[in-house]
Amino acid sequence: MGKSRINTNLIGLEKQDYKGSPTTLCAGCGHNSISSQIITAAFELGLQPEQVIKISGIGCSSKSPAYFMNRSFAFNSVHGRMPSVASGAMLANRNLVTIGISGDGDTGSIGLGQFKHAMRRNTPMIYIVENNGVYGLTKGQFSVTADEGQNLKYYGKNDLPPLDLCLEAIVADCGFVARSFAGDPKQVRPLLKAAISYDGAALLDIISPCVAFNNTSDSTKGYDWVKEHDDPLHDITYIPIQEEVTTQYDPGDTSTVTLHDGSQILLRKLDESYDPTDKLGAIQALQSANNEESLLTGLIYYDPNRPNLIQSENLVESPLVQLTTDALRPNEESLSQIMSNL
Amino acid sequence: MVNNLKVNDINDIDVDQNINIINDFSIQVATPNGSGSQTSNLVLLRSLFKMGIPSSGKNLFPSNIQGMPTWYTIRCSQEGYVARRDSIQIMVLMNPETALQDINNIQSGGVCLYPKSAKYNFDREDITYYPMPVKRLAKESGVSSALRPYVSNMVYVGVLASVLSIDLLEIESALSWHFKGRQKLVDTNMPVIQAAFDWSRENLTKTDRFQVERTNSTDGTIMVDGNFAAALGAIYGGVTVMAWYPITPSTSLADSLTEYARLLRHDAEGHATYSIIQAEDELAAAGMIMGAGWAGARAMTATSGPGISLMSEFAGFGYYAEIPAVIWDVQRVGPSTGLPTRVSQGDLTACYWSSHGDTEHICLLPGNVAECFEFGWRAFDIAEQYQTPVFVLSDLDLGMNNWMTKPFNYPDKPMNRGKVLTADQVNENGFKRYFDLDGDGIPYRTLPGTVANGASYFTRGSGHDESAKYSEDPLDYATNMSRLRRKIDSSRETIPAPIVEHNKTASIGFVGFGSTDPAIIEARDRLAVIGVASSYLRIRALPASLTVSDFIASHERVYVVEMNIEGQLHKLIQIQSPELATKVLSLAHCDGLPLTASYIVSEILEQERGPNGKIKD
Repeated sequence: MGKSRINTNLIGLEKQDYKGSPTTLCAGCGHNSISSQIITAAFELGLQPEQVIKISGIGCSSKSPAYFMNRSFAFNSVHGRMPSVASGAMLANRNLVTIGISGDGDTGSIGLGQFKHAMRRNTPMIYIVENNGVYGLTKGQFSVTADEGQNLKYYGKNDLPPLDLCLEAIVADCGFVARSFAGDPKQVRPLLKAAISYDGAALLDIISPCVAFNNTSDSTKGYDWVKEHDDPLHDITYIPIQEEVTTQYDPGDTSTVTLHDGSQILLRKLDESYDPTDKLGAIQALQSANNEESLLTGLIYYDPNRPNLIQSENLVESPLVQLTTDALRPNEESLSQIMSNL
Repeated sequence: MVNNLKVNDINDIDVDQNINIINDFSIQVATPNGSGSQTSNLVLLRSLFKMGIPSSGKNLFPSNIQGMPTWYTIRCSQEGYVARRDSIQIMVLMNPETALQDINNIQSGGVCLYPKSAKYNFDREDITYYPMPVKRLAKESGVSSALRPYVSNMVYVGVLASVLSIDLLEIESALSWHFKGRQKLVDTNMPVIQAAFDWSRENLTKTDRFQVERTNSTDGTIMVDGNFAAALGAIYGGVTVMAWYPITPSTSLADSLTEYARLLRHDAEGHATYSIIQAEDELAAAGMIMGAGWAGARAMTATSGPGISLMSEFAGFGYYAEIPAVIWDVQRVGPSTGLPTRVSQGDLTACYWSSHGDTEHICLLPGNVAECFEFGWRAFDIAEQYQTPVFVLSDLDLGMNNWMTKPFNYPDKPMNRGKVLTADQVNENGFKRYFDLDGDGIPYRTLPGTVANGASYFTRGSGHDESAKYSEDPLDYATNMSRLRRKIDSSRETIPAPIVEHNKTASIGFVGFGSTDPAIIEARDRLAVIGVASSYLRIRALPASLTVSDFIASHERVYVVEMNIEGQLHKLIQIQSPELATKVLSLAHCDGLPLTASYIVSEILEQERGPNGKIKD
């Protein structure tokens, strides 16, 4: 292999082709790390950038689609409505790859209904929650994922318990539920790739510290706390469809998950008892982790068997937007027939 | 002559003369909701229609599943008038709860049918009574007690058929049509109708003077509701994504779409060329059609007032970000729960200016079921041509009631998919999403998935420049907004034009829109008879054509007829033509019922009477 080949991916694009505009988020914001992992994952997978749509709602997180993959189409919509916009776009063109970017306020508060219904319908999309427990753009109000009893400078004490978005997704029958940490690119990247290879709704709840308003040492959304309490379920390796698995793993501590497009992820178990296909076990593990003040990360729940929205709608193979008049407008005779039957 | 005219003269049918009244009366059936009377009423309506008698049916129903009072009114009019009229000549009292009030609504000389077992003490002596053995005939039918309430309603069908001379063969074929050919259901109901007919012939002496006679006046027409027409129009318009949330009175539009898309829009392998999604709410329905329209689908939703409120944030977004989509508003009385099963035209300004910030949305205003079909497909062409959300405002009366119409015309224009660039075009000429290349205010767009250098762009509700890049530059914002203003303005004379009937001898004119059309037509005829000539302009789309201003200018006074309280169209016209504002008078009325000709006539006579009591010149 010549040196020049190293810098291009399967479809001949350079990493530069996946970059976005310079970020306007704060220096050190977790969201920027996530953006850069999206760039790397999309580059390494060889996604055609123009066939990726980046849909977001409102908030700091929802601004971030401007900071990765400039060659993709984007729709920065209204607050809490990213899932419905993504659903409409996917129904219109099933060939697109949808990256939905949302935040804990956008998803957990104003958009909780749309979030759960997109999971329930199994709308094919990578649903990324950049979760920092706080409203940044409006200067530091508690969000629905903020810790109970937490104190913040402007808004005092938070009296309400947090919602766990992974739990909400599992309960809504989402078949790909993962949690990660923006400061752990080695985990974020394979999870992103696996989510892209999954043909359904894939939730990535990524703890993404807000350095401006919620990065105190006692915040469960801060860098220090997560580094101390991160409890990864497994080490994850993504094996693209083109590559063969060459390394030998002991089946006792490694499990393989085959994704819809034929690619695989290898999960080298750190917690030997954990089985991500066990729904009740996943719910229990999340609850226990919350009680024990640890952050469970990795692929928490996996079920490849539910039909996705496109399948349950029984859509034609060709994207609806590519259909021409022949397919869209029934002939004149059919109208006459209906009229004569009335 | 004019000055002696009383409203009753316009409203009631003349039964004082000693001749039979043929094909000109209203039948009202009062029942408790959910008692299955709808089949009986629709069968009666269809039988009359198929006998060639111009007829219309209006269902006045409560927001309720079972028990509350419902009235169904069939109007037969040999002259072809299909508006609601106040006076009832034939009343069928199947609801004991309302019988004592209902009987007062029968015009003198009219007819009252009621179940014998009810034992009412009626004291009116100016009407004919026909007590019917409902219980006995229902029991003798042999159906299970669960089905008995349904067949009970067939008794009045049989008695009316006998009293009015409705052809039993037409009744049987209407029954079969209604049950989609399921013979078992016909066989359950028809014997009851026959038994009631026979009983009536043997036991009743006809003393009223109403009857029907077969004519050919309905030849070449069909009878359908506007929601069906709209749904069919959308299917022939190539709808690809429909997202909706159940709400009366728009639900049957989605139901018809589902039913007919299933028949008409699958490929050879049985896969759908469309998607219909029942969303979790109207917020999501609006989001889905925005996402779909942006991606290139012909996207639509159907809702009513409360849904319009919920969709307004996205409507404004779509206006600003220039996303095509079609929003049907089958209007009802507001707010929120309001009078959810009653008609209104109260959403006009809510749709026209929907959302925060500056907007002015193209609104299509169908005035009959044929236009519901036509605008059903044209709305997509307009939305894609102008890259903007398009509202179509129907209403409960138009959408849910049955109307005679000529069969629908197949779309006479190819689909207009608007200015969409292919990858080759982008590669050759480049692309700026919001650049006014053609000077008509309408930019070019690309669809997601278009693989070409520079094809992609960033859609946002926030400020953007011509290249869709984020911008808070004052000049960018102002330039963009004034282009949008120009774009919408340019639609004024290309969207459906007003229908104008200019009477050169008339000093007054009417302006209306939507389902008030039949009432205005009838009112103008009645006014003409008593010497008040009028012109008529029916607006079919907003922003309104400048024809409207010309029409106003060429009359002394113009009355804007509409079913709302605020006179919304009246105000829009005054805003559009301030120099003519004093010539435009509001005739706005909304009580939840379809407008009547008698209301319009009496209001005109009131307003047109000068201080000396004479009609103005």
